[in-house]
Amino acid sequence: MEILLAVIVGAAFGFVLHRIGASNPHNIINMLRLTDLHLMKAILFGISIASALLFVGLALGAINPSHLDVKTSYWGVLAGGIFMGLAWPLTGYCPSTGMAALGDGRKDALFFVLGGLVGAYLYMIAYGQLQGSVLLAKILGGNVTLALTPDPSYPALISGIPGFIPALVVAIVLGVVAWKLPGRRA
Amino acid sequence: MTGQWNWFTGGIALGVVFLLAVFLVKPIGVSTQFVIFDGIVWNAVSDDLITKSPDAKSGYASTNAYLNKSGGKYSKNVIKPINYSFIFVLSMVLGAVLSAKTGGPQPTASDRIAPEVWRFRFGEEGTKRYVVSFIGGVVLLFGARLAGGCMSGHMMSGIMQTSISGYLFAIGVFLAGIPLAILIYGRK
Repeated sequence: MEILLAVIVGAAFGFVLHRIGASNPHNIINMLRLTDLHLMKAILFGISIASALLFVGLALGAINPSHLDVKTSYWGVLAGGIFMGLAWPLTGYCPSTGMAALGDGRKDALFFVLGGLVGAYLYMIAYGQLQGSVLLAKILGGNVTLALTPDPSYPALISGIPGFIPALVVAIVLGVVAWKLPGRRA
Repeated sequence: MTGQWNWFTGGIALGVVFLLAVFLVKPIGVSTQFVIFDGIVWNAVSDDLITKSPDAKSGYASTNAYLNKSGGKYSKNVIKPINYSFIFVLSMVLGAVLSAKTGGPQPTASDRIAPEVWRFRFGEEGTKRYVVSFIGGVVLLFGARLAGGCMSGHMMSGIMQTSISGYLFAIGVFLAGIPLAILIYGRK
C-alpha cells in the first residue's frame, strides 16, 4: 500500500514540477537573477496553502501528527544552504527538479544527477570527520517550530495559543507576498 | 513557454501535493535518496558495508558512519530499496514524463543540452554545460546532505510546518544564490 502511495504522490510531484516549469533550468536561473519570479510566486503560494491546510487539519484531528517531520537547526543547515545557493545558479537544478528534468529528456540533468550521486557519496565518507564538530551541533533550540503542533517533541516559539493561529498568519503573509511579487519582467 | 501553468494554478497544485504527502505518509524530501542509491551501489561491491545487527534500532548497522546514524535507518533502506521514500523519488521521473506527454511544456533539442539563458551567456556547446552541471551537482548534493535536506525537504516541507530550520536553510540558499546568479548572468 505504501509503495502504491509512493508511486502516486511521487508521480504527482514530478508532474507538477514539470508543469509549472520548475524542471526547466531557464526558469530557475531567471528566478535567481530576479528577472522572472513566477516560480517564486508559485512556491510561496504553494507553501502558504499547504501550511494553512496542514495546521487546520492538525487542529481538526484530520491529519496524523506522527506524520510531521521537523528538521533540526545547526550551523550546517546554513552552510549547506550556502553551498547549494552557490551551485544552484550554475546548474539551474535542485535535487527534485533534476529528477523531474530526467523525465523531460534533458541531458544536462543527467550529468547533474550523476554529479549529485558523487556529492552525496563525498558527504557519506566525510561524515565520520564532521560528527561531533561545531558544524553539526544544534542551534536555535534544535527542531523548533514557530507554531504549536500536537507533537510535544517539537518545541514551539509561540506556545500559548493554538498552532493554527500563528500558522494562518504566516500563511497569509506568504500568500500576500506571492500575490504582490512582480511576475515576468517586461 | 506554452503548456506551463501560471503561478496561481501552479501554486495551488504544489500546495495540494505537499499537503497530500504529509496527510498520507510524511513530508516530501528528495536528497536523502541520493545517499540510498549510492549505498545500494556501494553495498553491491562491498562485503562488509552493511551487516545485520539485532542491537541497532533498524536491525542493521554499517561500517560507514553516515549509513549507521539514527539506528542504521539509512542502512535498512539500502538493504530494502523498495520503500516509500526511494520509490517516491523514482516515480517523480514518471510524473514528469506524463506531464510532457499530456501537453506540458516542451523543451527544444537545444534546451535539452543547455537552458536558453545559459546558451545566451556561454554558447551552444554541450561539453561545457555538462561539466558544470556535473560539478554543480557534486557541490549541491554535498551541501544538501550537510544541511540535512533540499529545496523540497527543508524549504517547502520545512516552512509548511513553520520549522525554524526551513527558514535558516532558505536564508543560506538565497543569500548565496541571488547575488551569484546576477553576477554570472546579469539582469538583462
